[in-house]
Amino acid sequence: MALSKAEVEQIAHLARLQLSDADIDDVTNRVSDILKLIDQMQSVDTDDVEPLAHPHDAVQRLRADEVTETNNRDALQELAPESQDGLYLVPKVIE
Amino acid sequence: MEWETVIGLEVHVQLSTQSKLFSGSATRFGAEPNTQANIFDLALPGTLPVLNKDAVKMAVRFGLAIDAEIGRRSVFDRKNYFYPDLPKGYQVSQLDFPTVGKGELTFTMDDGTEKTVGITRAHMEEDAGKSLHEDFQGMTGIDLNRAGTPLLEIVSEPDLRSAKEAVAYLKKLHSIIRYLDISDAIMAQGSMRCDANVSIRPKGETEFGTRTEIKNINSFRFVERAINYEVQRQQDVIEDGGRIVQETRLYDADRDETRSMRSKEVANDYRYFPEPDLLPIVIDEDFIEAIRADLPELPDEKKQRFMAEFKLGEYDAGVLVSSRELAEYFEAVVKISGDAKLASNWVTGELQALLNKNNWEVSESPVQAERLGTLIARIKDETISGKIAKTVFEAMLDSEAGVDEIIEEKGLKQVTDTGAIESLVDDVIDNNPEQVQQFKEGKEQVLGYLVGQAMKLSQGKANPGQVNQLLREKMK
Repeated sequence: MALSKAEVEQIAHLARLQLSDADIDDVTNRVSDILKLIDQMQSVDTDDVEPLAHPHDAVQRLRADEVTETNNRDALQELAPESQDGLYLVPKVIE
Repeated sequence: MEWETVIGLEVHVQLSTQSKLFSGSATRFGAEPNTQANIFDLALPGTLPVLNKDAVKMAVRFGLAIDAEIGRRSVFDRKNYFYPDLPKGYQVSQLDFPTVGKGELTFTMDDGTEKTVGITRAHMEEDAGKSLHEDFQGMTGIDLNRAGTPLLEIVSEPDLRSAKEAVAYLKKLHSIIRYLDISDAIMAQGSMRCDANVSIRPKGETEFGTRTEIKNINSFRFVERAINYEVQRQQDVIEDGGRIVQETRLYDADRDETRSMRSKEVANDYRYFPEPDLLPIVIDEDFIEAIRADLPELPDEKKQRFMAEFKLGEYDAGVLVSSRELAEYFEAVVKISGDAKLASNWVTGELQALLNKNNWEVSESPVQAERLGTLIARIKDETISGKIAKTVFEAMLDSEAGVDEIIEEKGLKQVTDTGAIESLVDDVIDNNPEQVQQFKEGKEQVLGYLVGQAMKLSQGKANPGQVNQLLREKMK
């Protein structure tokens, strides 16, 4: 399966990646190659195979419902570019 | 044209665990911003999720209560979207293998009809944080305390046919969740949230029309209003020759209308895939049976028991079991008073009226079960009449005093002293010669009037049975 340039632009947008026009053709070809490999894998008959949710054949361990974290706000907010009144500040997200 | 409304609800409830779904941060409501948001909740690189066992238990508990299939092997998936209140860039949810599968819920409408609605699934997922858009010099403030709080999303089939049905379904769901004690389920605080998928179609049509999804409905009353508004809007659009666009709309309670959420992205593309940081959850028979053994008596069972044990009518029993707290209050009143019928009348009557008027929860009632039970016991042992009991009930609103104390203090004790009643009756006979004559001529109804006069004279304190008897004797 080959991808169109528009599809690659859409995928890049969803992943918040900025591609220059020069890069788009190259990326389109390379992603199309990956999809070709997937096409090849799709041709294998997997009717009797259970879908795999995780490569490890193991089961999720559960933890007791206990509060183990304490308030580290001051230390954590030093990592943030901007904060105010205990809130993390980000560029405005609604118009 | 006659239209049929089709509604399906998606209800999110915050599970009342102490800690978050995948981290050991606290989930307390109303904490200072970001004091319950730690490295995992902030999505710092290298942090990994560890699943909370109680959240799984609560989901299974709900599943068993609605007779649902329990996913023996459930899988978490990543639902990808970028929004700053979700710092990982994806929400961990469940797509193909939810913990709770198909079930059903039966509820009763106000007119007594029963309806059963299919529940498609109930899956676990993490809540997002909160964005605050004001007062930050053009920036958005983010509070991640809520991020990672465990949610159970309960998805119904499109089986609901009116806004009233949607509300009745939601109330029953709310009641079950509270009985199970798996969530506070307070809509005003957001611990229970409801999105409604609404469409209309010509009556008799089997295909569904195009639906819209209404978000931001935060009370039972608004659920009804938002759906009714949206149904009318869709009818107007179609009858004017237009078409319904599949979209998300926000309910604005102040204007009582739904508004399209302008969105630049054409359609959401969540690109779900299995969460590689979590293994499948395997639930075995022992785990399920331990939870089943621990299930409380649920509203439907309790209603049947109340009808059988206390000889209550279906309607009254239904009202009493509508909330676990009310049902427990009622049973406490029965125990103290020894009279289920009177207890039911007082709890569904005076008490409910009091709670509704003040918008109180049962637990906030100044008249506690202990005092109401004693009050009813005093009616039964004829210390006071039913009418005077209402005066005592009123007095309890302003006083912490015991029932007997209030009766004593206000001099409300019923007069059973024959001498005192006799003099009352004599007065009444002397003052109403005309009615007495009518009674003697066989007009029985007049007796009620005369008893009333005597009761009035005694300020409600005379024993009506005795008054009745004495009047008859003296007018022979």
